[in-house]
Amino acid sequence: MTAPAAVDASRDADLPPARVGSDHHRRTALGRLGWATTAVIAAALVVIPIGMLASSILTPSTDVWREQWQTRLPGEIVDTLVLVTGVGFCSIVLGTGLAWLVAAYRFPGRRVLGWALVLPLAVPGYILGFVTTSVFGFAGPVQTWWRDQFGRDAWFPDIRSMPGAVAILSLTLYPYVYLPARAALRDQAGGAYFVARTLGASPSQAARRVVLPMLRPAIAAGAAVVVMETLTDFATVQYFGIDTVSVGVFRIWRGTYDRDAAAELATLVLVLALLAIGLERVLRGRARYGAAGGQDAGIVPRRLGRWRGPAATVVATSVVLAGFGAPTLQLAVWAIREARGDRGTPLLDRYLDFLTNSLTLTITTVGICLVVAVVVTNARRFAHPRVVGTANRLTAVGYAVPGPVVAMGVILAVVALDDLLGGVGLGLPGVVATGSFVALAYAYVIRFIGPGLGTVESGLGQVPDEITSSARALGARPRTILGVVHLPLSRASVITAAVLVGVDALKELPIALLLRPIGFDTLPVWVYNLASESRFEQAALPALSIIGVALVPVAILCRRLDRRPVR
Amino acid sequence: MRPQPTTTTLASPPFRVGRTVRHSLVMLTAAVAPLAVAGCSGGDDGQTLRVYSGRHYDIELAFTQFSEDTGVEVEFLTGNDAELRERIAAEGEETEADVYLTVDAGNLAAAAEEGLFQPLESPVLDAAIPAEYRDPEDRWFGLALRARTIVYNPETIDLADVPDTYEELAAPEWKGRLCLRNANNSYQQSLVASMIAADGEEATEHVLEGWADNAEIFANDIELLEAMAAGACDVGISNHYYLAQELEDDPEFPVELKWAEQDTRGVHINISGGGVTTYADDPDLAQQFLEWLATDGQAVLVHSNHEYPANPDVAPDDLVVEAFGTDFKRDPVNAQQFGLLNPDAVRLMDQADFG
Amino acid sequence: MTGSALAIDHVTKAFGATVAVDDVEVTLADAELLALVGPSGCGKSTLLRLVAGLLAADRGTIRIGGTTVDDGTRVVDPERRHIGLVFQEHALFPHLTVAQNVAFGLRSLGRSERDGRCSHWLDLVGLGSYGRRYPHELSGGERQRVALARALAPAPRLMLLDEPFASLDPNLRAQIRGDVVELLRATGTPAVFVTHDQVEALATGDRVAVMRAGRIEQLGDPTEVFHRPRTRFVAGFMGDASFLPIARDGGGAMTELGPLDVPDGNGERVAVARPDDVTFEPADAGTAEIVGAEFRGPVRVYTLRLASGAIVHSARSHLVRAELGTRVDAALVAGHRLVAVVDEHTATGLDFDTCSDPD
Repeated sequence: MTAPAAVDASRDADLPPARVGSDHHRRTALGRLGWATTAVIAAALVVIPIGMLASSILTPSTDVWREQWQTRLPGEIVDTLVLVTGVGFCSIVLGTGLAWLVAAYRFPGRRVLGWALVLPLAVPGYILGFVTTSVFGFAGPVQTWWRDQFGRDAWFPDIRSMPGAVAILSLTLYPYVYLPARAALRDQAGGAYFVARTLGASPSQAARRVVLPMLRPAIAAGAAVVVMETLTDFATVQYFGIDTVSVGVFRIWRGTYDRDAAAELATLVLVLALLAIGLERVLRGRARYGAAGGQDAGIVPRRLGRWRGPAATVVATSVVLAGFGAPTLQLAVWAIREARGDRGTPLLDRYLDFLTNSLTLTITTVGICLVVAVVVTNARRFAHPRVVGTANRLTAVGYAVPGPVVAMGVILAVVALDDLLGGVGLGLPGVVATGSFVALAYAYVIRFIGPGLGTVESGLGQVPDEITSSARALGARPRTILGVVHLPLSRASVITAAVLVGVDALKELPIALLLRPIGFDTLPVWVYNLASESRFEQAALPALSIIGVALVPVAILCRRLDRRPVR
Repeated sequence: MRPQPTTTTLASPPFRVGRTVRHSLVMLTAAVAPLAVAGCSGGDDGQTLRVYSGRHYDIELAFTQFSEDTGVEVEFLTGNDAELRERIAAEGEETEADVYLTVDAGNLAAAAEEGLFQPLESPVLDAAIPAEYRDPEDRWFGLALRARTIVYNPETIDLADVPDTYEELAAPEWKGRLCLRNANNSYQQSLVASMIAADGEEATEHVLEGWADNAEIFANDIELLEAMAAGACDVGISNHYYLAQELEDDPEFPVELKWAEQDTRGVHINISGGGVTTYADDPDLAQQFLEWLATDGQAVLVHSNHEYPANPDVAPDDLVVEAFGTDFKRDPVNAQQFGLLNPDAVRLMDQADFG
Repeated sequence: MTGSALAIDHVTKAFGATVAVDDVEVTLADAELLALVGPSGCGKSTLLRLVAGLLAADRGTIRIGGTTVDDGTRVVDPERRHIGLVFQEHALFPHLTVAQNVAFGLRSLGRSERDGRCSHWLDLVGLGSYGRRYPHELSGGERQRVALARALAPAPRLMLLDEPFASLDPNLRAQIRGDVVELLRATGTPAVFVTHDQVEALATGDRVAVMRAGRIEQLGDPTEVFHRPRTRFVAGFMGDASFLPIARDGGGAMTELGPLDVPDGNGERVAVARPDDVTFEPADAGTAEIVGAEFRGPVRVYTLRLASGAIVHSARSHLVRAELGTRVDAALVAGHRLVAVVDEHTATGLDFDTCSDPD
């Protein structure tokens, strides 16, 4: 801390040191530059690796493009759009419908189901994918039983199909809509819903015409996450034989050895993701929905009738069972069978290593994402909102980029950095090299800082500007305001951000596949290696471990959800 | 800071800008510091061999055996062939990999093409591995062989009715009776590459179109075989060792194998092999490891996965010998060609909309 | 029974162990405005929500315009009660324009009639040109007027207003309040206001119901509730009040300031002295002393300590100036009589209710 007016003070010891205007301004401007620079550097660190890869689009491999256009690409785009639309739609229907059911009605088991409906978030799509395809596949127990009952040629829906993929992805992704929708129902829509009722709207009319539109921003935000996850998924859809653009990226890359062509295809995924973000902005519309309902407003749930109550219980329970209960149970059965057998799960002796690796990586990612997210969102308050705002949007862009693309970009960037440092004699052996933990965590942060940033940003958005101004008027410096005022006030959102980033990082597969240091296998890598060879029983234990660990952050989310009970 | 008269500027502008930048760097460094610490740990003691392996099927059994025999610790990273190759290329001199193992000849050839392997002078390897299974310039060496052949369900079709060639499976009579693996898979890609080499592009594309019409597509061979056993289709194409795995679990498993193309070029063989990377820290140790895999380590490497040894002096495991035998005609492996034709295979499958 | 706009008959509502509304009985005449006042958490909002149909009563009967809407078992949905509802936060539909908000309750009408009614009501609340705007583009007062127009447009049988002016700033408040009352009177719509502000209650209600701990402590016209409170709580809640002990003197009763009427009834009683009841004259030998003064614009309120040590307040014209410490003689203003109220809290000081209401 400098003493800007120390001379004045020494001249007249009785007077408190006065702030001299010009000096104060100068220092403020400097402080602002620091905050803005930090945000810009953070954005650059995210954008550079992605940009290095995406820049290959500037010199397009026209042959590959033409071939792809003439052959599979149109189909892949259609499949991608169908898949994304289907998963988006189903997730919105499931997430919003279930949130509404739990918020607006009383039925047996409502309280437990209210948080149990978040549990499928702990189940990665690729795990639910292989469990489902193996249980419902042609050779699986369900179809075998079906044929025993109804003959060899009895029709059975093909699980390895677009509807199957949509169903499975929706079941694991709908909580991203359910959570914000329920929070909005709890905090906002009650008053308007009730006024609509007094104006003659039936419960369903009021829900459709008033509550749903008011939930639109929450639903749109959740749906955007669902779309990103679906667009960038490559592991789950392959179990269902769905050719999306992301799968195409892998096929081109692995099969034609043409990284540039793969990168170009990957930028198409990026473009689709950006379109989805744009759509979300449009959907949010021009109406601003802020404090619409009043503080005490929440939907007051009505008791459902004799038949409809249990029916609601059955519906909600089936979703929890399908998305969480049944797969977990099946994995447990497999794990037990595997433990009893003599084959032995490969690498079981390194189980603790894998677990530790996953946890280390997840915690590191969460830590960095939170620090950066808190600093750059606060920077927007303190300095050049336009510049910092743009920088922050760029910082969040990694969430729209498929994991393998991020990984390849990081390899290129880190190698370039290594060369650069080596060139000036500053080589840091092992630290910046690819395949180091640094590079791995760097890629994870790029990929997952988006949801963290968004959550922290909206949390800080709840802190009125007046509070920041008051703190500054009281002489607090931005750093102090961040620590003493903003952070405590937006703590809830920081915790939520940690949970969202943590769940994602724990489940992440492709980046770990590509970038992990030698000997640093994670639980998802272990699962994938076994499951891709259909060794499901052996994959059961690590899969259960992922779900088990993911349950911790999910449980935190559940508790937060119940903190202000819905009446 | 020293008190300054307020009438003059506090400090020269560069100082202040420096402070600003420093401030930012401190913030970011604080975020990244734990990583640097984590990244620094783990030294290199010279007696550790590091392997990037596209094989991840019980590969650790061979590594463990090698450690026991030699006292050299093996660290390994499993992954997709092509991605590991990309990674070695991207890492350049910094790569940790001493040895790169793949499950596909095309990737071996591509790696050699990209200069990722160094040529070895090894009488041991030259003696152990037949010339057709190693690089003419001795940059890579095949270690295990896998046959991709026709399989059928004897409960639903007689052996006599099972086609002899891959190409015949494109005939309309197999519509709805054929199970195939998807086009994303390297085994399927190398099979198609071998068909292009034998039949030419146009004929192969016709075959692929027929396949696309006839087949139900699966994500992996195990799933395919189990669906066949359950009666999903009469015939299919699979790597031989997946069937061996099923037979190991269940000797009554109702799928049998027919060696394809016995009257023509021979069944499609792909090789799994490896080489010493150009920037290996300890090329001698790496070479020693390859030599071991080609000789003393052949059995443990190959048997755990029911493959055929590349070293003709080593026998396959009993199950393979009994169930499949060793006497069948093999399509000569031309890895260079696989490497060159693999992109064409992908393109043709794209054009035929197969898988 | 018929003819009354609202009849609340022995209605009780509990949340778990907390009884929020406890055996309440109120009847509202046609075109009557009832102010429901009480400290926060006394159950007044719960009572309003029971009437609106947002909550169902545990026991008792609620009738609106002669129709039973809740008899403790069968509950009529809010959309069938023909009521208008205005919240403190106005709860405008943020995704609809002002006109669409007002038209929301008019969906059964044809398009032209709906548009006509809509603009009629917007004109009536002085927002005729605001139809195309969105709620977030309006000021607080404008939003409240839209909420009122929206509630009134379907011509409800009963209006319910929950702290309708609490979110407005004080300058605007009195004006909007006047406009609203005028509008309600003009349309002859009976209404229940919930407020925690006694000035608002006295100013708007034809009658005032003071609630406390789920019960209606007193129900009457504003002057009665203000000047003849039944309990110490009501007296204290409805305005500045000092309390003096009562000395019984044969058939009559005395306080330090003079005689008073003691109504029938049992229990501890205490006399209420409001600032306008008390006056004083400086006197060297006075038994009271001025210990405080507060300037309130039209009047200055002095705090007097009587000989017994009791504190009373006296409101005097701003023309009267007396210094602190002046000895005075305190007396009742001519024509004023003190009233005695039930002293439910024998402890000193006002005990504002602390009942917890889960609202």
